[in-house]
Amino acid sequence: MATQNIVWPLTLLGIGTVALVFIFVISQARKPATEQETQQSTHTAHVIQAWFFGLLVVGFALGTWLTLRHFPIPPQHAPVQADVDMDVEGFMWGWQIPDTPIQVGQTVAFRVTSRDVNHDFAIYGPDGNLVAQTQAMPEFYNKLLVTFDTPGEYTVQCLEYCGVGHGFMRSTLTVAADKASPAPAGTTGTASTASTSAAGGQ
Amino acid sequence: MYPADEALSGPERGIFNAYMVTALVALILFMMVGLTMRLHEAHWIQLSPVLFYELLTLHGTGMVGITWLATTAVMWFFLRKYVTLHLWAIVTNYVLFALGVLCILVAIFAGGYAGLWTFLYPLPAKSMGVWPPWAAELYVIGYVLIGVGALLFYLDATAGIINRYGSLGRGMGWQWLFGGTVDPNHPKAVIASSGVIIANSLGIIAGEVALFMTLVNLFYPDITLNPLVAKNVIYWFGHMVANATIYMGVIAVYELLPRYTGKPYLVSRPFIWAWLVTALYVIVVFPHHLFMDFAQPRWLAVTGQIASWVGGFPVFVITVYGALVNLYRSQIRWRMPALLLVLAMFGWAAGVVPAIMDGTIRVNAVMHNTLWVPGHFHFYMLIGMLPMVLALLYHQLGRLEQERAAAPGVTVAGGRTLACLDRIGFPVFFVGALVFVLAFLYGGQSGVARRMAEHWETWTASDGVGAIGASLVVLAMLYFVLRLCVGLLRRPAV
Repeated sequence: MATQNIVWPLTLLGIGTVALVFIFVISQARKPATEQETQQSTHTAHVIQAWFFGLLVVGFALGTWLTLRHFPIPPQHAPVQADVDMDVEGFMWGWQIPDTPIQVGQTVAFRVTSRDVNHDFAIYGPDGNLVAQTQAMPEFYNKLLVTFDTPGEYTVQCLEYCGVGHGFMRSTLTVAADKASPAPAGTTGTASTASTSAAGGQ
Repeated sequence: MYPADEALSGPERGIFNAYMVTALVALILFMMVGLTMRLHEAHWIQLSPVLFYELLTLHGTGMVGITWLATTAVMWFFLRKYVTLHLWAIVTNYVLFALGVLCILVAIFAGGYAGLWTFLYPLPAKSMGVWPPWAAELYVIGYVLIGVGALLFYLDATAGIINRYGSLGRGMGWQWLFGGTVDPNHPKAVIASSGVIIANSLGIIAGEVALFMTLVNLFYPDITLNPLVAKNVIYWFGHMVANATIYMGVIAVYELLPRYTGKPYLVSRPFIWAWLVTALYVIVVFPHHLFMDFAQPRWLAVTGQIASWVGGFPVFVITVYGALVNLYRSQIRWRMPALLLVLAMFGWAAGVVPAIMDGTIRVNAVMHNTLWVPGHFHFYMLIGMLPMVLALLYHQLGRLEQERAAAPGVTVAGGRTLACLDRIGFPVFFVGALVFVLAFLYGGQSGVARRMAEHWETWTASDGVGAIGASLVVLAMLYFVLRLCVGLLRRPAV
C-alpha cells in the first residue's frame, strides 16, 4: 500500500478527533458547575491529562520503532544491492539521465547530484502518484534505491525550486514489462507502482 | 477584563497601532497575492513564470515577516506589564523592519529577484540572468536589517526580564523544574517570552550568519560555501523564525482566555517543563527540512524526526489541553476575542497532525515539497496563529469602545450592526480557511508540487477548490482588516 494511502486517512482521523474533542468541550462550555463539580472536574482533568500523556509516549515509542527500525534512507557510504546503477545530474533546467533499460521488478540505484543549484529528483509513477525522491545538491551525491514494480512511463520532475525554469525540469523513465509477463495496456491504476528500498547493503 | 496596567499611553498606542495596522494591511495584500497564485495554479488566470515566482517570493517573505511583526507586538503588549521595556527598542525594530521591507520590495519589483524567502545557496547568485546580482544583494541586506531590529528588541526584552527575574531561566521558571512551590501567578507571558528569546535569538543569529555568507558569495563569487552547511543554517533560521510567531502569539491565549472564561489559568510544573521542551525542540527540529538530503548524517535525520514528534507533546498535553480545561464548564462569554482564541487553539492542534506526519522520514519521502507542506503550515498559521493576533486586536477594540462609551457626551452607534457582521465574518473565515488548507493537504497527498508555476492538468481540481477557500478567507479578512484598522485608529476617548 502506498504511504499516501495510509497518511491521508490517518491525518483526517487525527484532525477529526481534535475537532470532536473541541465540539464536546464547547458544548459543555456554558453549563454551570457547582464548586464541588468544579473540583471533581479538575481532578478528572488531571487524570485524563496523565493518561493522555502516557498514550502519546506509547504512540511515540511505537511509531518511532515502526518507522525507523528499517531506516528509510539507503546507506550512502556502503555498497548497496541493485540491479541497475544510474548516475543522474540535474542542471538548470533539465536532467541528465542515462538511457539504461529498466525492467519491471528491478531495483535501480540512482546516484544523484547537481551541476549548479539545488534540485530535487522526484519520480512519479504511471498513475501520477509520487513514488520516491531525493535532493540533487551540488558537490554532494545522494543515493536513492527504487524498485519498479509496475511497467510503464515514469515522470521525473524537479521538486526543489531552482529558478524560473523549475517547472519545465521534467524527464521520463520507461520501465519495460518482463518478457515472461508482458505489460497490460495502460497503467495498472494501483497506487503502489514502485517501492523504495533500504534493504540493500544494510 | 481590561486591567489598568494594560492601558497604552499615547506613544505606546502610536507604536502599537503602527505595528498592527501595518501588519493587517500587509496581511490582506499578501493574502491576495496568495489567492492570485492559487488561481493561476488552477489555470483560471494566466501569469508568466517570472511573475509567479516574484509573487511567490513576495508572499513567502512578506508573510513570515509580517506575522513576525504582528506577534512581536503581541509579545510586547503583554510583556511590558511585567518588565520594563524601552520604547526606543520597539520603535527601532519597526524602523529597521520598514527599511528592510523597502530593500526587499525594490529587490523584487525593480530587480526581479525571485529566489524565494529561503534564499537557498547558491540560487541567489545563479539566476541564469533572470535577476541581476544587485537585486539578490539588496534582498539579503533587507533581511539583515530586519534581523538586527529583531535582535535589538529581544536584547531589550532580555534586559527587562533579567532585571526583574534575575535570568531568562528564572523567567521561564526553571527554579521550579525539580521541586519547590511553583508560584501559580508567575506570568505565562514572561515564561513564553523568555523561551522565545532563547530559541529565536539563536535562530536569528544563525540567519544573520547565513545572510553574511550569502552576501560574501554574491560580492565575491570565487568564495564558495558548502551547500549542505548553508542549507542547514538557513533552515535552522527559517524554522525558528516561523515557529516563533506561534509562540509569541500564544501569549494572547494565556492572557486573555481566562478573562473570557472567568476561570483562573495558573502556572504549574508541567507547564514550565512544557516550555523548556518547546524551547529545546524549536532549536533542534530543523533537520526535518533536510530529510531528502541523504548526504546529511543519519543521526541528524533521526533527531529531526524525534524532535518533530516530541514537539507536539507540549502543544497537545499542556497548551491546548489547558485551554480546553479552562473552557470546560466555564461561564465563557462568546464574544469575538473568545471565539478567535478557541479557534486558534483548534487550528494549532489540528495543524500539528499533518505536520507530525510530514516530520516522519518515511512519509516525507513522498510528501516533501508537495502541497502537503504549505497545507500543514497554513493550517496552524492561518487558523492558529492569525486568530491569536486578531483576538488581541478585537479585545483591544473592546477596551477602546468601552472607554468611548463611558466618555461624557459620546454616543456610540452601530455596535449591533458590527457585532452582526463579526458573526458573519467569523464562519466565512473559518470555513474558507478549512477548505483552503484541506485542498492543500489533498493536493499534497496526490503529489501536487509546491512552488511550481506550471501545474499539471490533473492537479488543477484541488487547486480550484483551494482558490475558492482562499477567496472566502480574503473576503472575511477584508472585513476584519477594515473593522480593526478603523477601530484602532479612531480618536481615543479623553
